[in-house]
Order: sequence, then C-alpha cells, then structure tokens
Amino acid sequence: MKELILIAIGAALVNNVVLSQFLGLCPFLGVSKKVKTAAGMGMAVIFVITISSLLTSVIEQYILVPTKMTYLNTIVFILVIAALVQFVEMVLKKMSPSLYSALGVYLPLITTNCAVLGVALLNVQNSYGIVESVINGLGTAIGFTISIVIMAGIRERNEYNDISPALKGTPIVLVTAGLMAIAFSGFSGLL
Amino acid sequence: MNRCTERLYNGLIKENPTFVMMLGMCPTLAVTSSLQNGFGMGMTTMVVLTASNFIISMLRKVIPDKVRMPAFIVIVASFVTIVQFLLEAYLPSLNASLGIYIPLIVVNCIILGRAEAYASKNPVLPSIFDGIGMGLGFTFGLSCLGFFRELVGSGTVLSHRIIPDEYCIKIIGLAPGAFFVLAVLVALQNKIRISNGKKPKELKCIADCSACQKQCEERGKEFIGNSKKEEA
Repeated sequence: MKELILIAIGAALVNNVVLSQFLGLCPFLGVSKKVKTAAGMGMAVIFVITISSLLTSVIEQYILVPTKMTYLNTIVFILVIAALVQFVEMVLKKMSPSLYSALGVYLPLITTNCAVLGVALLNVQNSYGIVESVINGLGTAIGFTISIVIMAGIRERNEYNDISPALKGTPIVLVTAGLMAIAFSGFSGLL
Repeated sequence: MNRCTERLYNGLIKENPTFVMMLGMCPTLAVTSSLQNGFGMGMTTMVVLTASNFIISMLRKVIPDKVRMPAFIVIVASFVTIVQFLLEAYLPSLNASLGIYIPLIVVNCIILGRAEAYASKNPVLPSIFDGIGMGLGFTFGLSCLGFFRELVGSGTVLSHRIIPDEYCIKIIGLAPGAFFVLAVLVALQNKIRISNGKKPKELKCIADCSACQKQCEERGKEFIGNSKKEEA
C-alpha cells in the first residue's frame, strides 16, 4: 500500500508530467484559457489515461510477454490507445450522455496526446505490474489536471494585465509554465 | 534536381520546424538540455522522417484514403521501433539519455504532419528530400537550443568546459529553463513579426495537432462505420 501511495505522489507531484517531463504540452498550452474547460480536459485525461494504462499493461503482461513480442510495444500501444479513445467516446455517447456532453469535446484532442503513450511506455520501462500501472497512470493524470487547472487560473488573471505586445499570448504562458516548474521542483524532496 | 534542393531549403530555412513552424514542442523542450542530446534527437527524428516519407510516398496510391491516418501511424511506429533497436545496439549512451522520447517520436507532429501534407501527395524523390530537409531543420533547431542551454546552464560545449562553473545560470539547463528559453524564442519571433507589421503568432502545434487529430477521428469513424456495414 505504501509503495502505491509513493508511486501516485511521485507521478502527480514530483515527476509532474507537463512541468518536468514535458509530455502533453499541446493541450496544456492550448486548452488552458479558462478554468472550466481546463478542468473538463483534466477529467477527460484522467479517464483516458487510467483506462489506457490498465489496458496496455494487461496487453503487455498477458499477450506481449508470453509471446516474446515486447519489442512491438510502441506500435501496439499507439494503435490500442487510438482505438480506445474512439471506443470510450462511443460508449460514453450511448451509456452516459451527460458525461459525454461534459467530456466529449475533449476526447478527440487526447488521441495522439503524447502523455497517454508516454505513461504506457513508462509503465513498461519501470516494469510496473497491473495495479501499479493503473496507480501510476491515475497519478500522472491527476498531476496533469492539477497543473492545467492552476495554469488556467493564472491565465484568467493574466488577461487583464498590461503585457508588452511581443510577450503577449504564448510567450507569457511559457514564462508562467517555467515559474510553475520552479514551484513544482520544490516537491522533489518529498520522496 | 532543382525541386530537391528547393525542398532542402524549405525544410532548413523557410519552414524550419523549430523556429518558424513551432512544431514538435515536447521533444524540443525535453531533450535540449545539452548539445549532444539535441543533435542526437534531431538526427533520430530525421532518419525516421526520411524513411517514413519514402515509404508513405511509395504507397500513396495503394493506401485507401479513409484509413490513411492509421496506416501512417503504423508505418511511422515501425520505423521508430527499428531506429530504437539500432540506437540500443550502436549508441547505447545516447539511447539511455534520450530514453522514453525515442518511442515518443511516433506522436511527433512533424512526422505525421509531413506525411499528410507532403509525402502522401508527391513522388518519391522529392518526398525523401522533404524528409531530409525538415529533419535537418529540426536538428539545426534542437542543436541551437541545446548549445545555448548547455553553454549557459552548465558552462560546457560537448562536455568541454568553456565558462567556469561559478558563472553558470544553472536554471537554464533544468526543466524550468526549457520553458524560459522557448518563451524568449517565441517573444523574439513576435517582436520581428510585429516590427514587420504582421500579427504575433500562436503556437502552431496546437492548431495542427488538433486539426490532424480531428481528421484522424473522422476518418476512424468512417472506417468503423464502413466495416460495420460490411459485416452486416
């Protein structure tokens, strides 16, 4: 149990997926204009990454390892993730229209999000079991949500600031991300 | 041959992926902590890009339009796997320092972007040169950033000490520094664009990726719909 908590905290705060591993930068910069949409995106990412880490680790453990085909994991994982996102979208549409209307817009944005593939590959690299993989995926996704929501909060306030025209838009967002990365590096003593 | 040199020029200068198009930002930020890593990542991407452009351009009339995105992804992923093995065998130290970012070349916007925008529409030879040009442009961009960050962050160039340790700005070499360096780069670009009377630019990556994903998504839906119809 203690191990699992350490994995989750490590993935969410210490090795934050955006701020220290630079994965999933596109949605982090693109969908962080408003707190509400950022939170929606975060929820969709939590949903998809958790399911995909479960699925990819099951495939790795029960199909690729016994057939000695682990070298194919990049190809298999990217296809599985692309199919999974499609599938999740279809299931949500049928089963839970309210959840679909909340998350549906964000799902297409996740298909080739490098964070999803990154987590699946990291699980293999660290030779995590199935439970550990799911916890790692969940932790990573929560870390993503925390950072994107904080970023959106800062950007909402930034809107009214007087910023020089060259720095307006993307540059100031990147500077903010850098400052957040400094703040998050304070967590490195946690483990 | 003229067309080929035009492609090289286009990739290196006119549509440089790092400085002009702002594509593939994840590896740009992640691996440029030193010149060696930046250069290695750039070269690896170039090999994958050239090979995938070559195959995709050869198969452009064979791959059905509806399943082209999944087909491209499989081709790119295969080459990434091959390159990863070659690196593991011949350059294990580079492979260790780039780590997870090698398999993540699969989801690099540049590669799918070039496949979609150029290789799937043009003959083989120009496509190969397009891949080489774009790859060299990416390598050039990553090497510049890596050179700068290594020099300022740890005072070395290719592990040779240039600046004494006590005068280095350590943060530039660490994760936050990557964001700062990129911010300065975009700001400079905006400054030039504004003084030329153009609009400052947004990160292209966002628009491109989501557009390509949306397309991918729609194609996927059509594909699934069609196969269902066939089954029925």
